[in-house]
Amino acid sequence: MSLPSSTRQKLLAFASLVALLIFFSLASSNFLQTDNLVAILQATAVNGVLAIACTFVIASGGIDLSVGTLMTFCSVTAGVVLSYWGMPFALGVLAALLAGALCGGFSGWLIARLKIPPFIATLGMMMVLKGLSLVISGTKPIYFSDVPEFPWISQESFIGLLIPSLPIPNAVLILFVTAVLASLVLTRTVLGRYTFALGSNEEALRLSGVDVDRWKIIVYTVNGAICGIAGLLIASRLNSAQPALGQGYELDAIAAVVIGGTSLAGGAGTIAGTLIGAFVMSVLTNGLRILSVAQEWQTVITGAIIILAVYADIVRRRR
Amino acid sequence: MRGLGKAFAGVPVLQDVQFELQRGEVHALMGENGAGKSTLMKILSGVYQRDSGDITIDGQPVALGSPREAQALGIQIIHQELNLMPHLSAAQNVWIGREPRRWRGLLLDEQAMAERTAALFARLRLDLDPRTLVGELTVARQQMVEIAKALSHDSRVLIMDEPTAALTDTEVDELFRVIGELRAQGVGIVYISHKMDELQRIADRVTVMRDGRWVATLPMAVTPVARIITLMVGRELAADHQAPVPPARPAGQAAALTVRGLQRGPMVRDVSFEVHRGEILGFAGLMGAGRTEVARAVFGADPMEAGQVWVHGTPVRIRGPRDAVAHGIGYLSEDRKRYGLATGLDVTTNIVLATLPRFTRGGFWLDDAAMARTAEDLVQRLAVKTPSIAQQVRLLSGGNQQKIVIAKWLLRDCDILFFDEPTRGIDIGAKREIYRLIEALAAEGKAIVMISSELPEVLRLSHRVLVMCEGRVTGELSAAEATQERVMHLATRGARLAA
Repeated sequence: MSLPSSTRQKLLAFASLVALLIFFSLASSNFLQTDNLVAILQATAVNGVLAIACTFVIASGGIDLSVGTLMTFCSVTAGVVLSYWGMPFALGVLAALLAGALCGGFSGWLIARLKIPPFIATLGMMMVLKGLSLVISGTKPIYFSDVPEFPWISQESFIGLLIPSLPIPNAVLILFVTAVLASLVLTRTVLGRYTFALGSNEEALRLSGVDVDRWKIIVYTVNGAICGIAGLLIASRLNSAQPALGQGYELDAIAAVVIGGTSLAGGAGTIAGTLIGAFVMSVLTNGLRILSVAQEWQTVITGAIIILAVYADIVRRRR
Repeated sequence: MRGLGKAFAGVPVLQDVQFELQRGEVHALMGENGAGKSTLMKILSGVYQRDSGDITIDGQPVALGSPREAQALGIQIIHQELNLMPHLSAAQNVWIGREPRRWRGLLLDEQAMAERTAALFARLRLDLDPRTLVGELTVARQQMVEIAKALSHDSRVLIMDEPTAALTDTEVDELFRVIGELRAQGVGIVYISHKMDELQRIADRVTVMRDGRWVATLPMAVTPVARIITLMVGRELAADHQAPVPPARPAGQAAALTVRGLQRGPMVRDVSFEVHRGEILGFAGLMGAGRTEVARAVFGADPMEAGQVWVHGTPVRIRGPRDAVAHGIGYLSEDRKRYGLATGLDVTTNIVLATLPRFTRGGFWLDDAAMARTAEDLVQRLAVKTPSIAQQVRLLSGGNQQKIVIAKWLLRDCDILFFDEPTRGIDIGAKREIYRLIEALAAEGKAIVMISSELPEVLRLSHRVLVMCEGRVTGELSAAEATQERVMHLATRGARLAA
């Protein structure tokens, strides 16, 4: 399926990513160092995966404010299963993904069946999950010191084992594998097509005899499961589940999606665009830090970039 | 108003129209859908600017360049959809934007607002507390607030567009009493309505419009209803028109679709009909007669309150569009962009929207090649003009968009199709194509229900015509019996008077 408008926005996002890369490499010789580039990739992983999750929901015309705290809830769930209960590694991973899918599905159910607006339903879920993370963890971080496999998820390099000169951490591998799978689902499956149709015209889809409620719940379930992946990544990187973390991540994820050309009105969007959006954000953060721009100004600049990106999109649409 | 003309994008919608309103007169404005009544009133209320012609008030030429200007000259319009804020009180609504102030304009003077509103209500001899929230009032009462608001502008001309559409009989009496008060106080009233019996009660004169032109202005009391209807429809049918020949009905074959006692809100009251294979059943009536509501209820888009539906003789329960589609019923909405198409997506996706699971491998992965083949096929068969099947549907013309919706339902093997205003917003050439398509579908044995507000369209295509008025079926005519006059009688409640 061709989506010319979002393709153009993707090119625009890609061009600004390249521009940022050129700018920072000219501004600082440290920027293009392999270590730094790997750090950028590593730093993109969590936000990138969350943004992929958000792409589904936003393309369907919804919004999910709970992805940040859902991510934390999933990592805490893994912590409880692995460290508190001492279950095998695979069960911990499964529990995190399942928790994500269930919570996402529940949000979808609130939205589709109870007709609660997505903004409100997921705002509520954001707070519920934030609280639940603290409850089930006993309000303290859970460490994975007894789970030797756990750091492997994010830190080790599977690719580095095969090609020693390419020490790309697994987190980055997982980000790209997730992106490829998500992209296939979005462009080549019934679920993907209905996701866009929901965002483009939900009523027309309903009047075509499609069970829109059911598909909406599925979209949010997929979104939640992907948040589970993000939960595993962040827990592995910190080697602990931090129950107080998570709030604020949803805004970074939504920003990445928007920079990547997915319309907040729904009906259009690509995973590749979202990925580029996530990289724009992390390159910006990394580059400004290297240039020793103060933390507070970094935030100001990132915010301005988001506004600029969306405005560029609006100008393009008007023509 | 004299010699008034107005064109949109070069297409004339009003030509040489004249209209005169006396002080203290109720002047009815009549005409079929699309006759130009609304455009004329929008010019009078300053929403549109005229291209030619003169407008004078008390002999003085006026410009009427904006709604504000029209208001300042004492012209007020009361729309069918009321423009009130339900969370504010009656008084606050009347004075919105012009609130009396105190303390050097810093504070609102609620007291003065209420008193002035009470005075307006008294002028209408209306028993209503100005402090009541508008949202708590009945529609009839809200209308009174609108009238009071119009009076607060010192209106000399009041335009009322279908004011009784949502009122009960007693409420209509109350409204007419208030209109009488206004008339006695010298306010001129333009009254737009389709309801002949009401006009006979209230109007002094009637102006009839047709196809954007002035036809006649007559005193209401001495003009027979039949004459007004003739003036309204007075259009010649195409010379080659022949009544469509209904298909043969094999004995013992049940109707494709039978509906009995359908009930839904005030717009669908005890509606029953049936349509056979190969038949085109026309649904005629004026706008707001309840025809779309019937189609939506049968299709399950809105839940029905009562009624039974049979498909090919088998009773079925339709709880939503999914059930309807499963029983082979398709609905082509009057508002394609809102209800029929995902306009931001491509032609292929829109064509397969109702049949997507069919185009999968393993029920999950889409078979793009199969979808493209099918889309190409249908695009060719229906002669859709599109550069490619990857084109976004919003970039296609109205006629081609309509064909995409038809393709969607053909693909779904629907054998009962509801066409709601199938040619709205479609140019004349494409209209003919859509007509031929509908006829071809019927010839293939599909049962077709066609709702249309364009009488010539209904008469040209329908094997049988059902006329609705105010949520009820007021008559059924065979193709041979159906004439514009007969349909209009039934559609304007004129039936009773003419019978």
